[in-house]
Amino acid sequence: MSGAAQAKTSQRVLRGNPRLGLALGALALLAALVALLIAQPSLAERAAASDFQARLLAPGGEHWFGTDVLGRDLLARTLQGLTLSLWVGAAAALLGSLIALGLAALACLGPRADVGVGLLVDSVLGLPHLILLILIAFALGGGTQAVIIAVALTHWPSLTRVLRAELLQLRQADYVRLSRRFGKSRGYIIRHHLLPALLPHCLVGGLLLFPHAILHEAALTFLGFGLSPGQPAIGVLLAESLRYLSAGYWWLGVFPGLGLLLLVLAFDRLGNALRRLLTPREAQQ
Amino acid sequence: MTCLIAALGRRLLRLIAVLGIVALAAFGLMQASPVDPVDAYLGPQLAQVSPEQRALIAERWGVDQPAVQQFRLWLGNLMRGELGWSRVYNAPVGEVIGSRFLASLPLLASAWLGATLFGFILGVVAGTREDGWADRWIRRYAYTLASTPTFWLAILALLLFSVTLGWTPVCCAGPAGVTRDELGLATRLHHLLLPALTLSLLGVAQITLHTRARMLELMRSEIALHAFAQGASRREVAWRHGARHACLPALTLAFASLGELFGGAILVEQVFAYPGLGRATVEAGLRSDVPLLLAIALFTALFVSLGNALADGLYRLVDPRLREVYQ
Repeated sequence: MSGAAQAKTSQRVLRGNPRLGLALGALALLAALVALLIAQPSLAERAAASDFQARLLAPGGEHWFGTDVLGRDLLARTLQGLTLSLWVGAAAALLGSLIALGLAALACLGPRADVGVGLLVDSVLGLPHLILLILIAFALGGGTQAVIIAVALTHWPSLTRVLRAELLQLRQADYVRLSRRFGKSRGYIIRHHLLPALLPHCLVGGLLLFPHAILHEAALTFLGFGLSPGQPAIGVLLAESLRYLSAGYWWLGVFPGLGLLLLVLAFDRLGNALRRLLTPREAQQ
Repeated sequence: MTCLIAALGRRLLRLIAVLGIVALAAFGLMQASPVDPVDAYLGPQLAQVSPEQRALIAERWGVDQPAVQQFRLWLGNLMRGELGWSRVYNAPVGEVIGSRFLASLPLLASAWLGATLFGFILGVVAGTREDGWADRWIRRYAYTLASTPTFWLAILALLLFSVTLGWTPVCCAGPAGVTRDELGLATRLHHLLLPALTLSLLGVAQITLHTRARMLELMRSEIALHAFAQGASRREVAWRHGARHACLPALTLAFASLGELFGGAILVEQVFAYPGLGRATVEAGLRSDVPLLLAIALFTALFVSLGNALADGLYRLVDPRLREVYQ
């Protein structure tokens, strides 16, 4: 009885302190990413090396995830694809957060600008994400850059709303008004009051954009609008796998997607944990 | 009443403004594309066409005129209901969209209904007892689902049910070599089953989490406390009070997520080779069928905006507190 109760309390303690779990999780994720980066050169070599003696091998001792139709190691290709996703996702999330910050600031300039930004947000949300992504990728002619820009241009609206609401509230906050009364300049208020208060929202919002960005990049590439078929992106791997699924080569379709899921899940968890930590008021809702 | 009409009018104005921006943006993007529509149309036959003939085609389509002029032309045609000619399907764009949307409609509708219903039930069950075992598992399930790539889920379903178990067909909306009209209802349903199930799983996560949050709100409220004091069980309170409290937000969310549903349909149709509007979108994009792509963009914008407007209107109709805000 007391043992069970003790187990329950220790569980409580663990669950009641999200910082510990967050720190451990972030550390593990960081370690995995660093390992991935260090292994990158040899990984790229392995991912590109084809071996016609070992075509379409099932997962086993030497090739944990099996091999594809050209005898390339699927594990190496999956990891390579995840790295690619990471770069694209990070660039797109960063760009998207910057757009959101800029537009939120613009919306706070005046009622007319506010209406304009609101209309812009509505317009972007009024099209299915994927259609807009296809349109932008089509306009830019595909490729890595096009994917990054397309994903960034479709992922700012929700964050813009959050930042705008926060900015409007901040502007009316007592300490900001007091600062203005004391004759502090606009630049001073922005640097010392507004930006520090917005930073956690930006950070969390950007981190939460990240998983979405990765998923949409993969989807776009899967449909054939994104990264070029020569790159071992997850979307390319899965699109290729479609041809071999009905022949029973299941590993081609299962493992790359599993890797993507784990990556997205990890960043989603991290982002949400960080949100609870940095913006407790908002996370309560 | 007048304020309701005013709100409706404002809503309509906004809808028109959004559609206008979408049309302008879509057209601008098409203009910016490095793909030349005439070259894309001719394809490998480009070598057999003389520059004069090429110029003639360009003139006929009006692509030799400045962009503003082209936009005006296109908008004028649009107002008259002429959407242009789809080069990929070799048919009027309106016809292509109509027939393709009709093919997608059962998929979209069944997936939408399934997602809403299933998500709602899971949400109510999860919210009945916070941190109970059901809640924990449903929450875990919803979070995982939210991070799952749609097309990967479709691939997994295809692998499991079509390839390994052989319960459902591997592709398309019907057996090869059979035209659409000859298909029986049973065959159609058989081909629809897996895509619809996959697509409905997609929308579940959001609705479940939202419904759960609403349920928790109610279970902590004084309404619930009063009911408990009268001897009602948790389950009774959940289904009698909670479900009613949470059903409107769930429905609103379902209407508001039509865009995501459509995006999912594109991916699912791609995996299952289901000949709907989603596949037409991909084909149009990959093979540079600009009129079709533009029309699909506008059509989906209308579809999604109507969903959003419906969600908003539904809320305002049922919840009088929201009406006051707009007075």
